[in-house]
Amino acid sequence: MNTNIKLAWRNLWRNRRRTLITVASIFFGVMLSAYMTSMQEGSYTKMVDIVVKFYSGYMQVHHEDYWENKSINNSFEYNQELADELLANKDVEFVFPRLESFGLASSKELTKGAMIFGIDPLGENQLTKIADKVRSGKYLEAEDEGVLMGAGLAKYLQLGVNDTLVIISQGYHGVSAAEKFPVRGIIKHVSPELNKTIVYMSLAKCQEFFSAENRLTSLVINVADNDVMKRAFHDLKKKMKAPYSIMSWEEMQPEVVQQIESDRAGGIIMKAILYIVIAFGILGTIMMMIMERRREFGVMVAIGMRKGKLASVIFFETLFIGLLGILSGLLVSYPLLLLQSANPIPLTGQAAQLMEEFGFEPYMFFSTAWQVFSQQAISVSVITLIIAIYPVISIFRFKVIKALKA
Amino acid sequence: MNIIEITNLHKIYNESEVNVHAVNNVSLNFKEGEFAAIVGPSGSGKSTLLNMLGGLDEPTDGKILIDNTDLSELKSSDLIQFRMQNIGFVFQSYNLIPVLTAKENVEFIMHLQNRPKKECEKRTMELLDAVGLKGRENSRPSKLSGGQQQRVAVARALASKPKFVLADEPTANLDSKSTENLLEIMEDLNKKENITFIFSTHDQRVVNKAHRVITLEDGKIISDERKKGTGSDS
Ligand SMILES: Nc1ncnc2c1ncn2[C@@H]1O[C@H](COP(=O)(O)OP(=O)(O)OP(=O)(O)O)[C@@H](O)[C@H]1O
Ligand SMILES: [Mg+2]
Repeated sequence: MNTNIKLAWRNLWRNRRRTLITVASIFFGVMLSAYMTSMQEGSYTKMVDIVVKFYSGYMQVHHEDYWENKSINNSFEYNQELADELLANKDVEFVFPRLESFGLASSKELTKGAMIFGIDPLGENQLTKIADKVRSGKYLEAEDEGVLMGAGLAKYLQLGVNDTLVIISQGYHGVSAAEKFPVRGIIKHVSPELNKTIVYMSLAKCQEFFSAENRLTSLVINVADNDVMKRAFHDLKKKMKAPYSIMSWEEMQPEVVQQIESDRAGGIIMKAILYIVIAFGILGTIMMMIMERRREFGVMVAIGMRKGKLASVIFFETLFIGLLGILSGLLVSYPLLLLQSANPIPLTGQAAQLMEEFGFEPYMFFSTAWQVFSQQAISVSVITLIIAIYPVISIFRFKVIKALKA
Repeated sequence: MNIIEITNLHKIYNESEVNVHAVNNVSLNFKEGEFAAIVGPSGSGKSTLLNMLGGLDEPTDGKILIDNTDLSELKSSDLIQFRMQNIGFVFQSYNLIPVLTAKENVEFIMHLQNRPKKECEKRTMELLDAVGLKGRENSRPSKLSGGQQQRVAVARALASKPKFVLADEPTANLDSKSTENLLEIMEDLNKKENITFIFSTHDQRVVNKAHRVITLEDGKIISDERKKGTGSDS
């Protein structure tokens, strides 16, 4: 074994230039592919981050019937044990409640359908940073009696700060609900849809309004990032018992997952093409090497080297080429991408403006998740292993006598 | 005792419509300690005969017994093993593994035989000394002259302690001085250690050194002469 590796290593440097060119082709392939993957994954991470912070949070606990039928009648009673159980998971950073329903919002003459969110002002702001989006007036306080409304809705109803908003709706179990609220502030929500429909009030006020004392429609759970979410979700899901059910953002917003997946698939096709080109480069090198060394192989087998042993030498040679390519590629792309992810590329122009309007930071983000690198390492390893079959087959097929005459 | 017995050996190549009878009904015996040359014009079948004798090529018909082992009865993997244990080879050119030093080339076959390291080193040094390459053991083939390379090849052929050494035109690429030198070394090893050499050649000076000369023509033996006063034909 030892001799085989030594032989293989030395053989590698017989045609130094050819080996280096082949290694370089893998090196650039790995670099390019890692860079591309890093950029894609970076943008997905950012996208998930935004989606999560926009509204849903990483996970939510609901009454098990709520997601199918989002009625206030499918709300549940807040219970400290449940909250404690969630917080007991070491990955969970914080938990906060919401009570969501619908109603008709009116000013003197105008009326419009509205979404009514009862929130814990502090907790909500921790996740979604909506306090920053208040354009006039001020943000809600803990047990505020007033409301915060979307700029679009306020404009339609011709209301301003300190004006009175009337909301008519149906409360828990059909109790009628109608009340006047002072407008505390106007917010400009990044979602145009929400901007035209949203009304925030404090949870306490909201529960009172809907006659849903101490009831919630959801408990929003926040964790550090998406990877942590997967772990925590797995854990919490096992613990969750009826009538509660827990959902991840992926389940709540499958369209986002789908969008990421299809974008990722596009990237995979490009990388596959890149790697196929590289694979043929390696194969060419190996084929040429085998042809040039036919006579030498003939001599080796003639004097008594078993073909299996010879094949393993050549197998190692192929493997070394792949490994050198992977190693050099990762050794350079890792620090490069670390640097790049610490300094995202700022975008300019219309695209940047559009992104900002939608609440995206106008930067090209890079990911340094281990998958970015392992994906390249695995791809090149698989390619090399497949290519390494070629010399093994050709060695087992060759006839010593013919090789000697070559 | 005969170490090699060849009986009614034939090799026919089917080149398109023409059949080439490269070796035609050859029967030959070799004893231990022989120093034999196979001669004949180009195309007379020397290489073909040596290749079959070395188990590198398959006869069309006939039998080769080496120490009572019928080569045709060995599986191809056993045949490789058999070659390693019993036969030393010296080829006309490009004999050595280019990435290994002289010493490593000689050791190579002993490593294949899984001999203990100590023994490998000792024998390698003895052999390189015997072929006059002491001091050049760490040179790679590209740093050695053609004659020196052939001497390393002889050392390697002997490393496995084979029953005999086959050499197909070992001096064809050498100048006259290197030829003489190589022959002297081979003769010396034959005399002192009773090593059997069977070689083909076109070179009259090489033929003159041989103790037995087998002449082929059109694949047939036309003469088989032993010279007086030499080694093992007593
Ligand atoms: N693989 C082959 N296919 C067809 N014919 C072959 C093959 N190898 C050898 N021959 C033929 O067999 C005959 C004997 O060839 P061989 O190589 O044994 O001659 P040789 O005596 O070694 O010649 P030289 O002195 O030129 O080396 C020649 O006619 C040659 O053309
Ligand atoms: Mg010949």
